Amino acid sequence: MYSNEHKEYLKKRKKRKFLIILTQLLILIIFIVGWELLAKYEIINTFISSSPSKIISTIISLYKQGNLFKHIWITIYETLISFGLGTLIGIVIATILWWNNFIYKVVDPYLTVINSLPKVALGPIIIIFFGANMNSIIIMALLISVIVTIITVYNGFNETDQNKINLLKSFKASKWQIYKMVILPSSYPTIISSLKINISMSLIGIIMGEFLVSKEGIGYLIMYGSQVFNLNLVMSGIIILMLVSIIMYKVVSYIEKILIKHD
Amino acid sequence: MMNTSKNSNNILVIENLTKIYHSKDGETLAIKDLNLNIKEGEFVAIVGPSGCGKSTLLSILCNLENKSAGNIAFPKKDLKLGYMLQEDTLFPWLTILDNSLLGLKVQKKLTKENEDKVIKLLEDYGLKDFIKKYPKNLSGGMRQRVALIRTLATDPDILLLDEAFSALDYQTRLAVSDDVWKIIKKEGKTTIMITHDIAEALTMADRVIVLTSRPSKVKKIYDIEMDDKTTPINNRKCKDFNKYYDMIWKDIDIHV
Ligand SMILES: Nc1ncnc2c1ncn2[C@@H]1O[C@H](COP(=O)(O)OP(=O)(O)O)[C@@H](O)[C@H]1O
Ligand SMILES: [Mg+2]
Repeated sequence: MYSNEHKEYLKKRKKRKFLIILTQLLILIIFIVGWELLAKYEIINTFISSSPSKIISTIISLYKQGNLFKHIWITIYETLISFGLGTLIGIVIATILWWNNFIYKVVDPYLTVINSLPKVALGPIIIIFFGANMNSIIIMALLISVIVTIITVYNGFNETDQNKINLLKSFKASKWQIYKMVILPSSYPTIISSLKINISMSLIGIIMGEFLVSKEGIGYLIMYGSQVFNLNLVMSGIIILMLVSIIMYKVVSYIEKILIKHD
Repeated sequence: MMNTSKNSNNILVIENLTKIYHSKDGETLAIKDLNLNIKEGEFVAIVGPSGCGKSTLLSILCNLENKSAGNIAFPKKDLKLGYMLQEDTLFPWLTILDNSLLGLKVQKKLTKENEDKVIKLLEDYGLKDFIKKYPKNLSGGMRQRVALIRTLATDPDILLLDEAFSALDYQTRLAVSDDVWKIIKKEGKTTIMITHDIAEALTMADRVIVLTSRPSKVKKIYDIEMDDKTTPINNRKCKDFNKYYDMIWKDIDIHV
């Protein structure tokens, strides 16, 4: 049983949380209603600003044409592939770099340069090498996510408590045992949190790729909309993208919560 | 000094051990011509000013570092060493039991029989209810007991303790060192303990070795003989405690 003071405290907390959410919703509603009204009374030019009702009807007509979920799925599919490959390749390369310090020292400056280069600049080259197709899009997103993963995971490996490594060494552990029993498990939180960064990075890469080459996907919708000056389509694409990215981020956060249970 | 190595009672003989650390900024002579014999079954404490090379000595014994010169001989064959460090090196992602079995797992000696032995050790030393728990559920003192059991599990012939209690607060530290001492005596292990705490050294050990400041070699050896000697906590009240304390204090001779 809690004291009255504590109940009072909990009540206050709840009230504050409620107020915050209420204010957030209010801002959203005022924004949407305001936008709609300004458009309706033609205070703003709907040709370049679109309006909430037009966005909704555009999304509905996309759905009726049977295109909506096709575009969403293509983007999610590409993102997941680049996310999965990026994570896997990133961890494998980080492992190689941890295993062999000589290779790390050699590769280090190249990693830094590639990491600081805006990958979109490589877009045209990737398209020339791999063709104007889905492969190019995925490779582009992969380039973005893999470098960050390598650097994050490698740093995680390197931050492993030297005392724990020494302890295993005093039991005469092999390098593989040290990797398996202490390096990998103690970097687990780092790896998991790199997943969250990775999913966002992959989505950025995929949309960038779709801008450049694709014939399908959310990025394509936005790009196509802007080319034919259909701002309703552009805005719809952005709204869909927002929803997709929120959902994917939430799913990864949820997986993270399940994976890091104790400590 | 050399003829002592013939003594069959010795479990470890160190002759003219020298260690130089190399780095790009230069070299550090950590240990120079250190000679030391350890007899089977004895509890030896090594004290010395901080940075004198105590940890270095244990690291060399455990093969974590290479020696630069000298000889380390273990007259008994196939001798196993057990190493216990100051920092809390329990793995937070493993249960207390899995932590205790770590050494056996690494050495691929995890049999049902060995596992039962470890469970018995945990039960004997007051950790029965924590076998399935994680380290974060344990107090600092309990964690050090688990760390000791993890080391004992591999059945080492010599225990090496490097400032094993330094991370604990004063009161816990007295209690834990008392516990650990009892466990070690009961299991009958030869022990080399490093500490910068003079009182800890002379209440726990049969022999206290004082090292010089860096580069370290043996400065003095004390056989701790107190008539009313019992367990570490009680030994602090022995009438000779202060005598030894003062002598060792003067040997270490830290100029502030
Ligand atoms: N890996 C290392 N590289 C270079 N110098 C080291 C290394 N480890 C220890 N030293 C140096 O060797 C000396 C002895 O260190 P250490 O054995 O840790 O001392 P203690 O345990 O007695 O406090 C110190 O001066 C320390 O700076
Ligand atoms: Mg030390």
